[in-house]
Amino acid sequence: MKVLVGVKRVIDYNVKVRVKSDNTDVDLANTKMAMNPFCEIALEEAVRLKEAGVATEVIAVSVGTSASQEQLRAAMALGADRAILVETDEVAEPLHVAKAFAKLMEQEDIGLVMLGKQSIDSDNNQVGQMLAALTGRPQGTFASKVVVEGEQVTVTREIDGGLRTVRLALPAIVTADLRLNEPRFAKLPDIMKAKRKPLATTNFADLGVTVKQSMRLDRVDVPSVRSGGVKVESVDELISKLKDEAKVI
Amino acid sequence: MRESMEFDVVIVGAGPSGLSTAIRLKQLNADLNVCVLEKGSEVGAHILSGAVFEPRALNELFPDWQELGAPLTTPVTKDEVYLLKGEQGEREIPHALVPKPMVNDGNYIISVGNLCRWLAEQAEGLGVEVFPGFAAAEILFHEDGSVKGVATGDMGVSASGEQLATYMEGMELHARYTVFSEGCRGHLGKQLIERFNLDQGKDPQHYAIGIKELWQIPADKHQPGLVIHGSGWPLEDASGGFFLYHGDNQQVMVGLIVDLNYKNPWMSPYEEFQRLKHHPLLAQYLTGGERVSYGARAIAKGGWNALPSMTMPGALLVGCDAGTLNVAKIKGTHTAMKSGMIGAEALAQVLADESKAWDSTFAQLFDASWLKEELYQTRNFAPAMHKFGTLLGGAFNFVDQNLFKLPFTLHDTSLDHAQLLPADQAPKIDYPKPDGKLSFDRLSSVYLSNTNHEEDQPCHLVLKDSTIPTGENLTRFAEPAQRYCPAGVYEIIEQDGGPKLQINAQNCLHCKTCDIKDPAQNITWVTPEGTGGPNYPNM
Amino acid sequence: MTTLLIAEHNGQQLAPATLSALTAAQQIGGDIAMLIAGAEVTAVAEQAAQCAGVAQVLVAQDDSLRYELAENLSALIISLAGDYSHIVAPSNSITKDAMPRVAALLDVGQLSDITGVLSATQFQRPIYAGNAIATVTSLDDKQVITVRAASFAKASAQGGSATVTSVAVPAGSGLSTWVADELTVSERPQLTAADRVVSGGRGVGSKENFALLESLADKLGAALGASRAAVDAGFVSNDMQVGQTGKIVAPELYMAFGISGAIQHLAGMKDAKVIVAVNKDEDAPIFQVADYYLVADLFDVLPELIEKL
Repeated sequence: MKVLVGVKRVIDYNVKVRVKSDNTDVDLANTKMAMNPFCEIALEEAVRLKEAGVATEVIAVSVGTSASQEQLRAAMALGADRAILVETDEVAEPLHVAKAFAKLMEQEDIGLVMLGKQSIDSDNNQVGQMLAALTGRPQGTFASKVVVEGEQVTVTREIDGGLRTVRLALPAIVTADLRLNEPRFAKLPDIMKAKRKPLATTNFADLGVTVKQSMRLDRVDVPSVRSGGVKVESVDELISKLKDEAKVI
Repeated sequence: MRESMEFDVVIVGAGPSGLSTAIRLKQLNADLNVCVLEKGSEVGAHILSGAVFEPRALNELFPDWQELGAPLTTPVTKDEVYLLKGEQGEREIPHALVPKPMVNDGNYIISVGNLCRWLAEQAEGLGVEVFPGFAAAEILFHEDGSVKGVATGDMGVSASGEQLATYMEGMELHARYTVFSEGCRGHLGKQLIERFNLDQGKDPQHYAIGIKELWQIPADKHQPGLVIHGSGWPLEDASGGFFLYHGDNQQVMVGLIVDLNYKNPWMSPYEEFQRLKHHPLLAQYLTGGERVSYGARAIAKGGWNALPSMTMPGALLVGCDAGTLNVAKIKGTHTAMKSGMIGAEALAQVLADESKAWDSTFAQLFDASWLKEELYQTRNFAPAMHKFGTLLGGAFNFVDQNLFKLPFTLHDTSLDHAQLLPADQAPKIDYPKPDGKLSFDRLSSVYLSNTNHEEDQPCHLVLKDSTIPTGENLTRFAEPAQRYCPAGVYEIIEQDGGPKLQINAQNCLHCKTCDIKDPAQNITWVTPEGTGGPNYPNM
Repeated sequence: MTTLLIAEHNGQQLAPATLSALTAAQQIGGDIAMLIAGAEVTAVAEQAAQCAGVAQVLVAQDDSLRYELAENLSALIISLAGDYSHIVAPSNSITKDAMPRVAALLDVGQLSDITGVLSATQFQRPIYAGNAIATVTSLDDKQVITVRAASFAKASAQGGSATVTSVAVPAGSGLSTWVADELTVSERPQLTAADRVVSGGRGVGSKENFALLESLADKLGAALGASRAAVDAGFVSNDMQVGQTGKIVAPELYMAFGISGAIQHLAGMKDAKVIVAVNKDEDAPIFQVADYYLVADLFDVLPELIEKL
């Protein structure tokens, strides 16, 4: 079974974003970029499936500018066998990414797609679900446990208030939540080997995907800053404010 | 047994000197197997510098740097030097009276972090293996005592030393030669200097702490290319100086450098810097702006007199790890690069011809270089400042640098960490509260450095004696670490009815000031897990 | 303009988040139909019909919808979508699962987790974990939207008289099967999901003193949190840490005791609706973000609060 893993290049989660002074976007100039943490978890799960003899090949795929090659190399250092970059200089929307992945699923005869549940930049949480819908395949989103048995995959999902387990017919799409696993560190020799692993480049047109823009980013603002509040003099005053004014108790 | 990898040359630290070494090596011999380890999460993540950059070394390394897209976009257009008289007043020093090394015609205002990002791209293009996120934690030696290489630190070890699920053992990197380019007070460089007595017959190294902020300022206040230096207020007992550079994209770099031989244990370089920004000379540019980034780094400024021997069997010390900064110019990037390039030339020779002696090959090339000449000529600059203070020292330096080359050498044999007065003999300093517009508290500053360390790992600030911080350091010096640390790492808190030292190692900016200034020399900075530390953009 | 609003419910009750999403739908404008999908939803449908501003309630009742599996729920929504310009749902683990499928099958984009409605096609939504707010315009002919409930007031659950209509339920896909649910049973709510959070800092002083905070938390039905300083001091375990490197919380009420308010902590709780801070240091930075603050010793305040609440 071949596993396709989505890998997105995003701002490093340690780095605070800053909104540009002209409010057109956030400022990413010379900031540290990294693999989206949820993609890293998805990748780790795929690599573990390969190590367990369940998966035969792990293919890392990214949709983005040529800079995303850095994250694809990182994915191969962590265990992906090869990589495909769907190169675009435009902002790829979730639907565009899902359409590209759908084509690759077909071309590569993919048995399981492992994606992060969302990227920490746009926070959309859409690609996995869209891909499942477009391909007519079942989905297990927000996975905290993945067990492949024969032609099925059993996914334990994090839902509001607890966990839900579902059984999906393969091929299926699974998106990783935080608790699925703890990704490994890359080893130096593997980083060197990753430089020689195959990285193919394609684009939307070659895949036969037509890209129609759905969203226009009009502006980006800094969230409103809280202003200091009311000083209360006693516990009684506090309780009455919380009851009568804020109505939270 | 740890796994190992073999290289011709392993370089520790992807700063200007390490990357220049790597690039020059590959330019001289493309077949050499060269790798660079970098503890930051990416190249540039831990780099912090002013900076006004003198392109001399870069011109030699890449004569076509302009076509290659090096990030030197803002030439210095105006150069001002001031002496601040107090909270309000200042006096501009006429251009003609400024010591020559401080004149910046032909130089560029740059981000050295971005220069390193660019240098790393060039190095990788030449086939150098650059490994960010890997800290060299340990030096390896051959049986004959020569340097064999380094080992990276273990990853995935808990605070109490247990192996976590993600545990990954460190790796040995063996090399014919290992180059240490960790920057000022490198923790391996420090061990090498001691082990090989590299500083024998030299003055002790002297240090300063540089604290820097990057600001985005309103367009109407921005004068790209304007360089401002100054000294005086607010530093009263300590020597040092400030800078404010107008870079590109409406950004201004502002910082304060405080010599670490200061005497008053109540002194807080961080708060000196915060109040400095309220001086009208600086506030005129910063008011209405937004602070974008913050960071700090120690500087080795002993210059020629304190420069240790840079070679030892199997290894080389370059850049600020050795101490090649030109303190008169307040510039270390071009000299660090040049030291790496000279090192690479020497390495290429001895790697090609093993009969050549390593020490003398390097020494000959170094002695014939402009780097040696430059450092030698400015040897008296910092000792003069230390000996005579900013004003008289400045006058001395004007005479020495502009009028005559004085034929004698001033020495400063004092130790920076031994200068503190007891707290009860020094005046307390009442620093103003930050206003949240120009000045800020320490933790909101640390926030802007994007620093982070995996929380469950052994503390990387190692105390030789855990009783000293709440013992002698507290009773005699009111534990100065609380004030000299620019990241609020050290706090004395009350717990169980007594004082306790709290080390917030996650906040650490890797500036190394604690390793330098602790009066008992009780704090040893070791590398945390790779990728830990600041994530500076454009610094 | 017509909106199809997907209701959140538990089989018996309409969830309050549905009323917040209803407000968002009202701000978009036009007629609103509310879809109640599930195995047995008659009672919920009756409640839905009472909601102010709902013109029509669509009831899709079938065993295949018992767990509202995304494959089946999205197929249902698609079967109805033709009549509507906007398809809106409160953001929850069901709709996050199903709505992007709806968007993809309609060949349109989705607006996730909107926090503001500027026009029928222009919305605000948080990006970068809420560190920036994007204003986006949908260029599609249909808008698929999930709504962050906390950002909208609840519409009235009374005063409406919608017609109730049953709709046909498409056959289940059979590709996905429910196996089991394991719902968390906890005395105290989970930190990240709690409506109320009581949090302590270094000022609490010891592990033992945290018991006082626990009593208050129990009294309020609140989750217990802590600052990094309290975790570092060993008072509580790491998983209780609220802040930049810990958990990000956005409860209705956040009560901070003995927390100075380092920016790293504020980053984890600044989206709380109401922040209360008690600290004896009158310069504590947390007061700058608190809605109500009390300069006092927390050991005086806590017992009194526990007694009087």
